[in-house]
Amino acid sequence: MASITFREVEGSSLKYWLLFGALGLFVLFGALAWNHMHHYGHVVTGMDNQIVWGLPHVFAVFLIVAASGALNVASIASVFNKPMYKPLAPLSAILSLALLAGGLLVLVLDLGRSDRLIVAMTNFNLKSMFTWNVFLYSGFFALVGIYLWTMLDRSVKSWTKAAGTAAFLWRLTLTTGTGSLFGFLVARELYGTGLLAPMFIIMSFAYGLAIFLMVLAAAYAWTGRPLGDAVMLRLKTLLAVFVAAVLYFVAVHHLTNLYFTKAHAVEAFILRDGGAITSLFWIGQVLIGCVIPLVILLTALGRQRSWLMIACALVILGGIAQMYVTIIGAQAYPLDMFPGFKASSSYFDGEIHAYTPSTPELFLGLGGVAVALLMTAFAVKVLRLLPVSLDDATVAKLDQH
Amino acid sequence: MNELKTMSEQAPDSPERRRFVGAAAAVAGLAVVPGVMLYEVADARPEEQPASSAVRWGMLVDATRCASGCDDCVSACSTENGWTPVAQSAHPRQAPQWIRKLQLEDPLTQAQINLPMLCQHCAEPPCVDVCPTGASFKRADGIVLVNRHTCIGCRYCMMACPYKARSLVHEPLNDTQKPDVPRGMGCVEACTFCVQKVDRGDGTTACAEACAAAGHNAILFGDLNDPESEISKRLRELPTKQVRADLKLNLGVRYHGI
Repeated sequence: MASITFREVEGSSLKYWLLFGALGLFVLFGALAWNHMHHYGHVVTGMDNQIVWGLPHVFAVFLIVAASGALNVASIASVFNKPMYKPLAPLSAILSLALLAGGLLVLVLDLGRSDRLIVAMTNFNLKSMFTWNVFLYSGFFALVGIYLWTMLDRSVKSWTKAAGTAAFLWRLTLTTGTGSLFGFLVARELYGTGLLAPMFIIMSFAYGLAIFLMVLAAAYAWTGRPLGDAVMLRLKTLLAVFVAAVLYFVAVHHLTNLYFTKAHAVEAFILRDGGAITSLFWIGQVLIGCVIPLVILLTALGRQRSWLMIACALVILGGIAQMYVTIIGAQAYPLDMFPGFKASSSYFDGEIHAYTPSTPELFLGLGGVAVALLMTAFAVKVLRLLPVSLDDATVAKLDQH
Repeated sequence: MNELKTMSEQAPDSPERRRFVGAAAAVAGLAVVPGVMLYEVADARPEEQPASSAVRWGMLVDATRCASGCDDCVSACSTENGWTPVAQSAHPRQAPQWIRKLQLEDPLTQAQINLPMLCQHCAEPPCVDVCPTGASFKRADGIVLVNRHTCIGCRYCMMACPYKARSLVHEPLNDTQKPDVPRGMGCVEACTFCVQKVDRGDGTTACAEACAAAGHNAILFGDLNDPESEISKRLRELPTKQVRADLKLNLGVRYHGI
């Protein structure tokens, strides 16, 4: 097999430190936002007793879902024996660890009692999807960590496929768990369906790959290393397949609901009358997140690096819109405790609940993104994760084997 | 934090301290109102004895007797349990409400129904299922509670509850807290069926007392497992419904007239 040279990025340029500093600043803002929320309570957020999970959950769940998707490229290389992707596997693994860490950080810092994290680590209710997710996240860190080790240490290289397969199966379970956080909720009209688990898996493929492509392109552009079109175009096609699959699942989910009369009201809210939620669904999730990227990826536009990057950015923005609609939209619609009756109360029963995210919530979420990117930027500086060259000639040699 | 644990059979800590407090209260009580205290001590469940599944506490709400505009049950709950009434809160959307008056209207007939909505104390509570730390739990006698010491404020139970019965404490609490009703910022809370009163042997809740005092008698509290209890007798006579009976959660609160 043609040999690939991996090398740390030098990370001494002004550009690197500016990136490091800018990300660090966002981490600092995130920390301050957490401190503010923790000190004054959730009263300083836009969340209330109607919208109990807000923008931090949107960011957290998006990052966690994207984390498992970012491992895709490594899985294709190790599990499905595609040598062309092998040089990309270490970055794919580290990015997935970083995204998961960022997402989990946002999730735990948004707890009403984030100081009681140790309680969550020592008291388990095995019937809770949340508890299962605690195990799934820990296992993911361990398995992907081992997988990365087998890739970086020649003495354990023979274990790469086994570790990669274990990590691949685990990440499928992990995203099933994330989707089931919502799928296993009986109370809300938009949840309570097993469809959410496979839907979250396919979403993770799309979001994770979009983030991976952007990070890869940025890393090579900023370090001046050659990155050929062969790799990018292959991944571009894969991204188009994933985005189309996301659109398919979203359509099936809503069509199923539209068939059932009992779900007509909540569907009318999401699809037609929901104001900001409806806009986020059609413009954010469907148009920006799926339709426009598909047009770019499936036409000649997608062969241009800059358009490909735009498509990736749109998939990411659409993914955040999708999480917003899924998490906030489902809560904004009131619980239907007395079907057939109009309800009203001092507790806002029977009303569509408004939600305006506050600044601390936004910065807590962005802080999680910054943590993920900062970890990645640091990792490529201290570990040999990136091949020195990914030009077409180098990649073509790999593909012949 | 000095939180009493009378709510939790799971954590029977420091029985000596509790016995001492109990004894001190009994002595003080004897000095003031001997008759009342003796009666209550005789009826209360001893502290060493856990809640028993021989009892299932439940509530019957007769919506046909629940008066429009009356919220005595809500005020009584707020006073008993020390949560600020929503009207006095600077942040009404974030203020906890353990019980609320719900107005229902049939859009077709304009028929109106009033009823109090509170934790339904399900036999199969979704909040207990989803709680990651086990802080949400159901006592042997059917009362669904939140352990104030292990709740991490994740709000998953609030996502899971079909009755919107739970609240997160969004802001620091003032000093109106009741010594036997522990609360805390960042934790989730809900109706406890006045567990402190039940454990004292009162045999009723603040809302039921207030409703009776107002002359409506729309709320009846008692032991569903005892065929001779007043609530069991009334439930045999009156047709009642469970809210969202389709979920098959086997509720502790039954409604007549909905």
